[in-house]
Amino acid sequence: MFLINCPFCGERDQSEFSSGGEAHIVRPKQPTELSDDEWAEYLFMRKNIKGIQFERWNHVHGCRKWFNVVRDTSNDKILSVYKMGEKPPVNYK
Amino acid sequence: MPNYRIHKTEYIDETKRVSFKYDGKTYFGYEGDTLASALLANGIHLVGRSFKYHRPRGIVSCGAEEPNAICQIGSKKDLTEPNVRATELELYEGLEASSQNCWPNVKFDIGGINNFISPLIPAGFYYKTFMWPKSFWKKVYEPLIRLSAGLGKSPTEPDPDIYDHKYVHYDVLVIGGGVSGIIAAKMAAKNNFKTLLVDDKKILGGSTIYQNNESIKIDDKLSSEWLKNEIQEIKKLSNLTIKTRTSIAAYHGYNFLLAKENLTDHLPEEKKKNKIRQRLWKIRAKKVVIATGSIERPLVFNNNDRPGILLSNSINKYLDYYGVTCGENIILFTNNDSAYETSISLHKKGIKNIIVDLRKSASSELIKQAENLGIKIYFNHVVTNTFGYRKINSLEIMKLSEDGNTTVGNKIRLSCDCLGMSGGWTPMVHMHTQSGGKLDFRDEDQVFLPKENSEDQISVGSCNGDFDLENIIDKTVNKINKFLDIDNQDYQDTNIICSKENDKRNLWLLPNKIPLGKTKCFIDFQNDSTAKDIKLALKEGFRSIEHVKRYTTTGMATDQGKLSNMHALGIIADTAGVKMGTLGTTTFRPPFTPLTFGTLVGRNVGKFFEVVRKTSMHEWHVENNAEFENVGQWKRPWYYAKNGENMHDAVQRESKAARDSAGILDASTLGKIDIQGTDASEFLNRVYTNAWSKLAIGKCRYGLMLNEDGMVYDDGVTTRISENHYLMTTTTGGAANVLSKLEDYLQTEWPELDVYLTSVTDHYSTASICGPNSKKILNKLFPNLDLSDENFPHMSFKEDKLENINCRIMRISFTGELSYEINIESKYGNSLWKMCIEAGKEFNLTPYGTETMHLLRAEKGFIIVGQDTDGTMTPSDLQMDWIVSKKKYDFIGKRSLYRSDTIREDRKQLVGLLTDDPKEILEEGAQIVSDVKSKPIDMLGHVTSSYFSPNLNKSIALAVVRSGKTMKGKKLIIPMENKNINVTVSDTIFLDKENKRLNA
Ligand SMILES: [Zn+2]
Repeated sequence: MFLINCPFCGERDQSEFSSGGEAHIVRPKQPTELSDDEWAEYLFMRKNIKGIQFERWNHVHGCRKWFNVVRDTSNDKILSVYKMGEKPPVNYK
Repeated sequence: MPNYRIHKTEYIDETKRVSFKYDGKTYFGYEGDTLASALLANGIHLVGRSFKYHRPRGIVSCGAEEPNAICQIGSKKDLTEPNVRATELELYEGLEASSQNCWPNVKFDIGGINNFISPLIPAGFYYKTFMWPKSFWKKVYEPLIRLSAGLGKSPTEPDPDIYDHKYVHYDVLVIGGGVSGIIAAKMAAKNNFKTLLVDDKKILGGSTIYQNNESIKIDDKLSSEWLKNEIQEIKKLSNLTIKTRTSIAAYHGYNFLLAKENLTDHLPEEKKKNKIRQRLWKIRAKKVVIATGSIERPLVFNNNDRPGILLSNSINKYLDYYGVTCGENIILFTNNDSAYETSISLHKKGIKNIIVDLRKSASSELIKQAENLGIKIYFNHVVTNTFGYRKINSLEIMKLSEDGNTTVGNKIRLSCDCLGMSGGWTPMVHMHTQSGGKLDFRDEDQVFLPKENSEDQISVGSCNGDFDLENIIDKTVNKINKFLDIDNQDYQDTNIICSKENDKRNLWLLPNKIPLGKTKCFIDFQNDSTAKDIKLALKEGFRSIEHVKRYTTTGMATDQGKLSNMHALGIIADTAGVKMGTLGTTTFRPPFTPLTFGTLVGRNVGKFFEVVRKTSMHEWHVENNAEFENVGQWKRPWYYAKNGENMHDAVQRESKAARDSAGILDASTLGKIDIQGTDASEFLNRVYTNAWSKLAIGKCRYGLMLNEDGMVYDDGVTTRISENHYLMTTTTGGAANVLSKLEDYLQTEWPELDVYLTSVTDHYSTASICGPNSKKILNKLFPNLDLSDENFPHMSFKEDKLENINCRIMRISFTGELSYEINIESKYGNSLWKMCIEAGKEFNLTPYGTETMHLLRAEKGFIIVGQDTDGTMTPSDLQMDWIVSKKKYDFIGKRSLYRSDTIREDRKQLVGLLTDDPKEILEEGAQIVSDVKSKPIDMLGHVTSSYFSPNLNKSIALAVVRSGKTMKGKKLIIPMENKNINVTVSDTIFLDKENKRLNA
């Protein structure tokens, strides 16, 4: 059971959050210009990394804010949290 | 009656005699006993039958690892409990226990016949034998297995006991109150860490607390005396909490642990009453010290499972802690020094004993002490067989060859009434691995050890592979100082003297002259797997330890292989000729020892099982005989049974009344989201498929929301209250998810939009009045409101006051009737409802529930998201192309609507179905086909909604059918269990296609 450091509320139990999958997948600005394959890439394809992964979490039973988390999926350690719109910490790139 | 209690100890209160029943017979023990120690004091070893061969089995251990002495407690239908380990169950007055897995009784057991046919029951027996013929499984095999292999009986009535949950936070959690745990807890607490120490036993002290050997001393005192002082010391520490009778069940990530505290299991029944039985502690600790100790290993030799064969150290504990001897003529069979402690203890109490040692020779303080006492030792010898049916009465030993692979010389037969075995010690690394820690293998004594200790977690004491007392104390002190970054000097000058083990010899499967196929060398006592089974599994091609384990069922019983896993691994490694450390080990999963369901659910039983949401009109519904339906967490009236009506009759009456005159529905549960901001219109444009910019203030519009994959996600009516203010409604079940999804887009994709979302579902209560007379009822409630079609047309919104309380009134319809929804602040909801009912009396205003609502909307072909859709339906599939804007450049899901898959013409599409027999009502979920003769039958789709319409006097249904759009008028078949129902594909709108009733 993770302890997640919500950038707005502080450390809270995982049960207050819901996971939103991979982060930094930007919705295409002009979806109509995309081929089926390009759209499918955006819609369905996810990396599912073993190791350092950037992902989105929602403090759904708290402040309702979405934010980003850097997590090592091999040991579940959360290495960093940052707000939407902020640049991911470079040291984990 | 024999009495094996031979001396007094401080842990047994001989002034408090306790009577208990075992297998129907009354016995006596004392306060401080476990059921196992009390049975042994009465000379009872035989406590059960083995799972497969039904061999007689006796008490083997004195703790959580016990494989045999598991029993059924009590006989009441609600309180009886199976699979309780007699070695852990504290004795109390009136305890009733019985042995398990032996029918008709433990001494004469019909299943014992399996023992004689055992060559026929090899590894994988159940997989191999009971597979065919298939038809035999249900009627022959399963009942047979269940009858003869009972693992106790479940209670058949609800558990009346009270259970509790509690959350706690600590700086340091110490698991295990043996010598290293006590030291760790003291050091942490004295250095200002808020500390919790838990131990599963009644008292602290682990195995050192009854240690009384003169060669093991701390500061010139017996180690037990020294430890008792330490315990007195730590009890005074203010920031240390000590929880005994508390065992850690699970160690999850981020140092989140579950612990079970036993509060009343040791009390007689009358004292248990109205008390919390067990408490589940949910612990968050910044740092965790694991000090769970180690378990003694058995040895694997022929017939090593007879009653009277115990672990050597358990014999010692029964003697020195409980004052009970396990026999009068004991043999100890060992490969290490610890059995010598047992031997010396027994000798001191006058119990005759001899030692059989696998090692060629050995030289330590303990061994010298035993030799000096004149205890007979057979070095370099192995036990090759044992005898005695219900209890061991003798055994055979032989000399080992130089390499230890075979036996040499003549058999020596020795008589005995008890055999203690010690195959060394296995560190309890369960907690370490549960937390995600890896293991290292130490070849020297063949143990798995915690690999890296992280900054949040550490293992100390014998669970870390440190076995002699000096090593344990020194290392614990050093490691804890480092782990907590402190400089504690309390143990700086502690002077420890102990015997050091110098000699080791480990053999996993002991040699024998008899071929392995004719021996019974048990590895897993509870599941009856033998060394032979493991070898057979390897021969048959199994390689992975996880596969061998499942195939042979080794380590899969209630003891989770605490005694058997290492031997299984060792034999696999030896047979396959690989190093044991490279094999890996099986995964240790929580719980460490079984938990009751009661502990897991705590207080969340009965009406507290789940959160229940009720509308402000709920009491009225209850008073008016509503049957309720669960919709998400909401309780919604399903139908109102009037004068003992059944559901069908009630629904027919309600829906007829709604169309003939007037009906009223509690629509408070619909999700309501208040949307404000200068970009609110643009936001709605992007989340709904249709256009929103031109919606005038005071008007309402129906919207369909898609997922990005183009599939219908939710629907509802949204009202423009003012320039920058909308009220969105969602489905009852979808409200929370819709809000979450909208927030996601606002916060992550379109942060530039000035839009604020607020859930107001609970803030407003809604009464929906429909039917030709609804306008008249509205007029009585709001006499000043102009209800004319010109002023207040369909799909529009007005505000008015009901006795000074503001109401929002929407003229919208989900039934196809003229219809008004009145929204009021929830605290007035009940009054609103009652006023509506009062005003509607003269018009037969009939309250209706969700079932009638579903029927009425089906007559009009309106979909219910989640009933007629299932996450694979596009707007086009629903024949709702009209709601998808062609002009808008983008909205959620738009691009997916012309992916190659979504434009397929043979997708499943929504259609209406009419049965040839108008009285025949279809079953929702029934499959639809066109031809029942050619096999396999081609499935075209299924029925999604089906009702008997009293207004049309016929059965109607909605369904999804492959290429349904092109099938109007086509005959299809619904095959049911006993008949085929003929149907015709129709339009989805069954009633009032022209929408005349909306303006009636
Ligand atoms: Zn938050």
